Amino acid sequence: MSKIDTILSQLDAISKNPRKAMEDFKAKTGKGAIGILPVYAPEEIAYATGYLPMGIWGATKKQILKATTNLPAFACSIMQSIMELELNGTYDDLAAVIISSPCDTLKCFGQKWKSKSPIIQFAHSQNRDMEASNIYMVEEYKCIKTKLEEILGITITDDAINAAIDVYNENRAVMRLFSDVAAMYPQIITPVKRHAVIKARQFMDKAEHTKVVRELICELMQQPVVPFKGKKVVLTGIQAEPDELLNIFEEFGIAVVADDLAQESRQFRTDVPSGNDPLYRLARQWQNITACPLAIDRDKPRGKFIVDLVKEHGADAVIVCMMKFCDPEEYDYPILLEDFEKANVKNLKIEIDQQSESLEQIRTRVQSFVEMM
Amino acid sequence: MTETEGMNAKQKLGYYTQKFYDDAMAAHDKGEFVCWSSSIAPSEFFRAMGIHIVYPENHAAAVGAKHGALEILELAERKGYTMDNCSYSRINLAYMDLLVEEKVTGKTPEALAKLDELKIPRIPLPDIIIICNNICEVLLKWYENLAVTLKVPYIIIDVPYVHQWPIPQHSIDYVEAQFKRAIKQIEDLCGRPFDYENFIKVQEQTQRSIAAWDKAMGMASIVPSPLNGFDIFNFMALIVCARSDYASEDTFTTLANELQEKADAGIDAFKGGEKTRIAWEGIAVWPYLSHTYKALKALGSNMVGSTYPSAWSIHYEPGDLKAMAAGYIGCYYNTSLERRVDVLSGVMENTKCTGILYHNNRSCKNMAIMNVEMAEMVRDRTKTPFASFDGDQTDPRNFSEAQFDTRVEALSEVMEQNMANAENQNA
Repeated sequence: MSKIDTILSQLDAISKNPRKAMEDFKAKTGKGAIGILPVYAPEEIAYATGYLPMGIWGATKKQILKATTNLPAFACSIMQSIMELELNGTYDDLAAVIISSPCDTLKCFGQKWKSKSPIIQFAHSQNRDMEASNIYMVEEYKCIKTKLEEILGITITDDAINAAIDVYNENRAVMRLFSDVAAMYPQIITPVKRHAVIKARQFMDKAEHTKVVRELICELMQQPVVPFKGKKVVLTGIQAEPDELLNIFEEFGIAVVADDLAQESRQFRTDVPSGNDPLYRLARQWQNITACPLAIDRDKPRGKFIVDLVKEHGADAVIVCMMKFCDPEEYDYPILLEDFEKANVKNLKIEIDQQSESLEQIRTRVQSFVEMM
Repeated sequence: MTETEGMNAKQKLGYYTQKFYDDAMAAHDKGEFVCWSSSIAPSEFFRAMGIHIVYPENHAAAVGAKHGALEILELAERKGYTMDNCSYSRINLAYMDLLVEEKVTGKTPEALAKLDELKIPRIPLPDIIIICNNICEVLLKWYENLAVTLKVPYIIIDVPYVHQWPIPQHSIDYVEAQFKRAIKQIEDLCGRPFDYENFIKVQEQTQRSIAAWDKAMGMASIVPSPLNGFDIFNFMALIVCARSDYASEDTFTTLANELQEKADAGIDAFKGGEKTRIAWEGIAVWPYLSHTYKALKALGSNMVGSTYPSAWSIHYEPGDLKAMAAGYIGCYYNTSLERRVDVLSGVMENTKCTGILYHNNRSCKNMAIMNVEMAEMVRDRTKTPFASFDGDQTDPRNFSEAQFDTRVEALSEVMEQNMANAENQNA
């Protein structure tokens, strides 16, 4: 097995077994994990506790049984599977869970948490161009910090958060580099492998993840760049799961050369700016986030942002991975369509449902789309 | 002599509602500024500067109630919106496109003409738009799309979700800062300084309107109720559209007086037929307003309890911007589960309701996703039964008459049984 394959299978295994990742971390450090629900929680504060921040983005092909009595059918499939896992006790071992409130589903979800683990909810500001927004966010982050200190019985110092920010910014930079390098080697980094490398960062100490991905990049860079005969796409949406969906892309010769997915690049495309006060730095990062449907922007620059990604990466098209019942994504779509049309960018919308049993309809649509290209 | 002298409350409601739409259109025709606003955004700033406000949610509800929704909803879906998006927003976004098309081509699109035929009042295109996300986060996205399409200034009064009651001071400070910026944005639009003197007068008027509204809605607590609960939905149009104007004070004062007179004379809304009293949690099903009303009336069930009226009861001392900020932040729909349970339980107790009906509104995640927990918590607190039904505020495809009837009948049976048991115990 090549070094590349070894690293890829290591990250793939982590991405598929978060519980083991948590137990391994516990065995090594004696500390547990803190759950981080979507999206844009100040993970650095959790990291500064010495606990392992663990992303919670649902589970694919999870049979939804108990959740149906607790959530209406029109909540997104991520929340359906999280609710099912909550009710099954899957998150009971987490020391705490942090949840934001940028959409109505998340807002309500934070209020109806069923796991034994304590939930810490916070709300982002949306008039992000105001200094008052930064001041507000600092106070929200202070509340998160205080609650974590109370739950864990520790003190979280500014130095620890600043150090965590350094670790995270380094990871972000490496992940941006990985995304670009992966685009050069689509024969090696297939869509599903790309996803696994990115997903693994949710369940790993970011310093460790950075080390492994950096190694992967070095190994990749030693490989010859071979012309790619397939089609290159940019993905946009909340997430592109399950793996079977990404395998369909591979089957029809599609490479993912960049993404605008909430679970992927949106997590690492905006660094935390420099400064002394770590909570203010985190507030400024929220201010700097752009082209995201959850961060309100009166100019709606997302369409242009994606079109630029297409141009920059020489992509043939955009695939909109529409998380069904996700209001922020669904309201962006008609405007995105106009932007794509104006820029003459080919696009395909597919519906994402984590619990989807059959992807045959998507397979047919992807096939027709590739033929059309 | 005032223009409404001699009118009863219902006549005043009709008169002012029509006038409200006519005035906005006339203002637009004269080149005056018109603002589109979400239903519980601070109207005070605009009214202080004489800017006319129209309310897309109110307009969409009228489209739904007059059975004009289906075709216009489909127009929005053709553009890329889905059936899962709020039906108010879909109606308004499609309506905006029709108005733009008419403006550009000089011809009235067929779909718009059909709405005209249904006598649904026209609203003019806006010069400025404002939202306050105290009812939902969807508004942020809906109006973002209006702003980018129409290229008009977009004022956001962002009230962060109160995930833990009471409202934190940092939220109040943040919203106060936004109020100050909104004043600047309105000054820029108008090209003249903000009229602080008139602002205080408008705030005072708003508080008088709300006091009259509270008084009229408070009549529902009388047993049997002189207020037919569905009139809450009807009269709500004015508290939405004219909260900062004398029109609402005038109408609700008359309504309160009429209801008091009825109560004094021993006359109730169901003419002696009020068997049970229920609360309705959520928005009305506008396309089926008549059906839902008749189904409940047939059971002798008066819908006298609702958290809806109090959503517009935003109390503050005129001149105190922080108190005004707290008022808008603390809107029921922007608060935690526990707070909502407290408020709803209070409504149940004040209005002496013995059952509650939850509208699982497909259009409104914020008003539906916590219904399961609210139902259980309020039941435990108030010892009253509940039922829920699936529906939609304006999309007629998401409501089943049969399901509604079955659910309300079941609720009614349990309520009547509970009453019989209580009577037996007392005997």
